[in-house]
Amino acid sequence: MATEKHSPLDQFKIQSYLDLEVAGYDLSFTNSSLFMLLSVALVTLFMTVGMSKRSMIPGRWQSMAEISYEFIASMLKENVGNEGRKFFPFLFTIFMFILFSNILGLIPFSFTATSHIAVTFALALVVFIMMVAVGFIKHGLGFLKFFAPSGIPAWLYPLLIPTEIISFLARPVSLSIRLAAAMTAGHILLKVCAGFIIMLGSAGIFGAIAGVAIPLPILVALIGLELFVAFLQAYIFAILTSFYLHDAIHMH
Amino acid sequence: MEAGMDLEVLKFVGAGLMTFGMLGAAVGIGLIFGKAAEGIARNPSAEAKIFKVAIFGAVLAELMGLFAFVGMMLLFFVL
Repeated sequence: MATEKHSPLDQFKIQSYLDLEVAGYDLSFTNSSLFMLLSVALVTLFMTVGMSKRSMIPGRWQSMAEISYEFIASMLKENVGNEGRKFFPFLFTIFMFILFSNILGLIPFSFTATSHIAVTFALALVVFIMMVAVGFIKHGLGFLKFFAPSGIPAWLYPLLIPTEIISFLARPVSLSIRLAAAMTAGHILLKVCAGFIIMLGSAGIFGAIAGVAIPLPILVALIGLELFVAFLQAYIFAILTSFYLHDAIHMH
Repeated sequence: MEAGMDLEVLKFVGAGLMTFGMLGAAVGIGLIFGKAAEGIARNPSAEAKIFKVAIFGAVLAELMGLFAFVGMMLLFFVL
């Protein structure tokens, strides 16, 4: 009987593989960076090998690559319009990176890079800074009118402008917390459910039967759900980014 | 009972209460998909559009539930 306690949070522990310190900053190569590199490598492999044949009638791999391209391209076209085309590489990179990080995290004994707020907040900050930069380059100081929409009685402005500014600044926070919390919560749920099976299994023959009968199918269903959530969160990140891009380019 | 012990107990009580935050998210998601099903039943040709909006709304509602989870984590590991 396993008596040692395993916290469901153990899977999020960061282990350093290669200690490195540059100018007072800790730049160690950790399992987080390993899995981020791995997902970048896998995305590159997926796209380059998938598109290497370029046959007229796509095979399975090529059509997967084409579907993922079409998915983001149509999302941008619908939400941003033709001006959004030049942001396609940016959005596609972010979407594929998050998708592959999320799915890699579902493999047992692997690490979910996107479950850490440091990673997701960095991603959200890139989106946020780009959004502000695009807004100011496109509209100049007129971008500040974003916070004061027209067609509103003047006495509402003192109330409206702070609200608009706060909601604008909350965008990267909500973007990053959503992704990190969803991934963390999902993985804890899986771990707790799996731990329940082990506990029942070590409680005699009836416990083992009950463990296989009840929590195991639930766990399988939950893994299916988590696979869906992994895709959904990447989709949500991408679609919110395209909404924000629309705001920055078209101003409402 | 020592004061430190009391605080430790209250922390767990607070974490338990935090799970009530999920109630709001559950009601929200139920409403969203209920209405989406209604809308699709009325106008099946708009299914793709309705489903997209519903997913977007569900994610926003889910975020509120996740905030409860974040609060729980803060209670356990930061405070």
